[in-house]
Amino acid sequence: MAPPPAPVADASRCTRPPPDMRTAIALPFAWLIVFFLLPFALVMTIALGTNAPDAAPPVALGLSLDNFKLLFTDDLYVAAWLNSLRIAATSTMVTLLLGYPMAYAIARAAPERRPLLLTLVVLPFWTSFLIRVYAWMGLLAENGILNQFLRWTGLVPHPGTILGTEWAVHIGIVYAYLPFMVLPLYAALEKLDWGLLEAAADLGARPTVAFLTVTLPLSLPGIVAGCLLVFIPAVGEFVIPDLLGGTGTLMIGKVLWDEFFTNGDWPLASAVAICLLVLLVGPIALFQRQQARSLERRP
Amino acid sequence: MRSQARFAFTLLCFGYAFLYVPIVLVMAYSFNASRLVTVWAGFSLHWWRALFHNDAMLSAAWLSLRIALVSATCSTVLGLAAGYALARAPAFLGRTLFGSLVIAPMVMPEVVMGISMLLLFVGAERFLGGPDRGFLTIVIAHTTFSLSFVAIVVQARLADFDRSLEEAAMDLGATPWATFRTVTLPLIAPALGSGWLLAFTLSLDDLIMTQFVAGADTQTLPMRVYSSVRLGVDPQVNVLATLVVIVAATALVVSGRLTRRR
Amino acid sequence: MTEPIVRLEGVAKRFGDVAAVDGVDLEIGTGELFALLGGSGCGKTTLLRLLAGFEAPDAGRILIGGRDMADVPPHRRPVNMMFQSYALFPHMDVTANIAYGLRREGLARGEIATRVAEALALVKLDGLGARRPAQLSGGQRQRVALARALVKRPKLLLLDEPLAALDRKLREGTRFELVRLQEQLGLTFVMVTHDQEEAMSMATRLAVMNAGRIAQTGTPHDLYERPASRFVADFVGIANILDLGDGRWLAIRPEKIGLSVDRPETAHAIAGNILDVAYEGDRSLYRVAVKGGPVMLVSRTNMLRLERESFGRGQHVWLGWSSDAGQVLNE
Repeated sequence: MAPPPAPVADASRCTRPPPDMRTAIALPFAWLIVFFLLPFALVMTIALGTNAPDAAPPVALGLSLDNFKLLFTDDLYVAAWLNSLRIAATSTMVTLLLGYPMAYAIARAAPERRPLLLTLVVLPFWTSFLIRVYAWMGLLAENGILNQFLRWTGLVPHPGTILGTEWAVHIGIVYAYLPFMVLPLYAALEKLDWGLLEAAADLGARPTVAFLTVTLPLSLPGIVAGCLLVFIPAVGEFVIPDLLGGTGTLMIGKVLWDEFFTNGDWPLASAVAICLLVLLVGPIALFQRQQARSLERRP
Repeated sequence: MRSQARFAFTLLCFGYAFLYVPIVLVMAYSFNASRLVTVWAGFSLHWWRALFHNDAMLSAAWLSLRIALVSATCSTVLGLAAGYALARAPAFLGRTLFGSLVIAPMVMPEVVMGISMLLLFVGAERFLGGPDRGFLTIVIAHTTFSLSFVAIVVQARLADFDRSLEEAAMDLGATPWATFRTVTLPLIAPALGSGWLLAFTLSLDDLIMTQFVAGADTQTLPMRVYSSVRLGVDPQVNVLATLVVIVAATALVVSGRLTRRR
Repeated sequence: MTEPIVRLEGVAKRFGDVAAVDGVDLEIGTGELFALLGGSGCGKTTLLRLLAGFEAPDAGRILIGGRDMADVPPHRRPVNMMFQSYALFPHMDVTANIAYGLRREGLARGEIATRVAEALALVKLDGLGARRPAQLSGGQRQRVALARALVKRPKLLLLDEPLAALDRKLREGTRFELVRLQEQLGLTFVMVTHDQEEAMSMATRLAVMNAGRIAQTGTPHDLYERPASRFVADFVGIANILDLGDGRWLAIRPEKIGLSVDRPETAHAIAGNILDVAYEGDRSLYRVAVKGGPVMLVSRTNMLRLERESFGRGQHVWLGWSSDAGQVLNE
């Protein structure tokens, strides 16, 4: 993958680090090159090969672009790509709309109550992802608790099944990734000087205007970080569409999984992985730049 | 401004309800007498007993715990080195690549990392004759993506850190290594501890990468839960969920107490 | 000057495009309390860090006690530093902070305890050894930092803005305290400060720095009464600078100028009108507009309690000074 442009790449200032530091760099660097970077080269090699079901591993090496061609011409794959992007984008928006007021309320709460409120947001993250997705299976099933509740209230006498639809996938993503949205937003809002809002009010800005012109722009780094932290993994999500989306929902992570485990087509799955990577290189680089910048900005 | 705060607070309460109602329901139904998770048939400890006699589930849990312990420790050591290098090393050749490599596993889709690591291990098996897929390959996979999280936590702590403390130590005659041991390490220990805990949790919970690199005979807890849940709702998973929530909540409360006392 | 303990020869240090220290030659004698004075970004702190070994010079040599420090890392240098932030280890109590350097030397437990106790007594902190830095006041923290550096018995103690973090009242008492310790222990102090009053009142000699270079070195009296350049005249105290033409200027201090209603019989006299008066309690500062010249600053000590202001705004006055009242400058 392409590294983001270097902010400090001034070759003349590059010095040889001291010996202890050299170990600190070399150890993780070597690990990541062998176990993270090198494998991508392998994925690319395999993606250019063809499926050989009788061989072990089931791959015939080659230099064919057929797998990639298939991904761009077959309606099923194109639909899976578009679906993944659309579902990830809309659920990121919903997560933002729910997460922002939450982070705002926590940041404005009394300082001694903030740790508790924040812990309550983080706690689900420390429990199992799989189990949290599973929790919605019982809720959203045809005879599930949500539908029983809707029938009981009489508001919706004949609710349809939500499980197995895109709705369920959206709910699952928002639910699973909400903490990832709230945390960076809170970090940005907590640093905000509330005196600025009083200054804006003093200068004649109505609360809405003050929010739009002061709070929102100043929390933008948090918004970008939060959205990327939700969007990037959501595009490649597998567990949520698999357990909540049923057969009807096509998402690219699930396609990759099925090609690999169900159809045993390693080269095609590798091609899907490469395309997913290319698609997400932009957002990932953006996230890295922001991460690096926010760390450098500290005193 | 006050009405904005009230609106935000209302949504905060809604958010908490959204986060916790599903979890609470899952926990409640672990005490259900019926097999159907949608029908309440009275209180029973049946599923709790069943889980504690489910040898397959228990051995999977034991395996997951061992993997998590080893990989969390490995990724803490590597993540500490990486975070320290990112925060403290002067500009060096390859620094940009290094920084990208450290952060990337955090956001890389797991399916992509999973397939790429599997291909690496298949290649290694083919050309180097090993390692066999199982415990070791899972530990390597988990270490690779957890080390990013530890590195970020360490780097953030070191960025907040008053550099003159390390200079003072050197000024008083401490060698670079003694400085690290007596000043840097004790001061970033809490960050390191939470990094370890994070890596431990991530490893314990990982399904996708594990599924790719586990090999045929190895089944971790998430793999077992997943294969049972795929077929529909399973009350024993509810029991497991209840246990996980209790352990996580206790750990968070205890660590919160510990950090506040400092 | 006594035998030099520090010698800098053409020392330079750049950070990117900025020359922080730009060709500095300097000698500091044993037993001096030497101050590096300058505004922010003048390179004084970088110079101190070069002495401590936290930065390596790009050019030039640094000798401490006659030994070239080029390959000597910070932890092997015979100097200790008191940091501006004090840099007390927050995870150790006061005793452990002070003992830190001695433990690195591998001294015996008993000796460490004795010397820590001595150091605590020296800075008058007996009985506070078990406290954590967070439980101390600002003044106490400063003294712990001092004790921690002094306990190593360094030949040379570096102090980075030692008083900057203290409030005003505490600062004045601490000044005398530092001078007392320096004389009592017979050490050499090199102190960095941006506060000229502090530098003038404490130092035996000082160097004024500007843009990475040393503008002038000398005793406080030298610098005040015989500044070498307009920069020094202006930076140390207040000076009226009159253009004499031909690239020459006259620097004259406000208190060296007499103020009178009638023309005085001094060597120089000039008439003007008072623009405004700043009453400062012990003295008053007058701004006087002079015909064909700059606005002149004149100060008068308010010696009598009941004296009404004898000069008021708008009043026509005469300024007078003797022929040796000012310093002629060439730069």
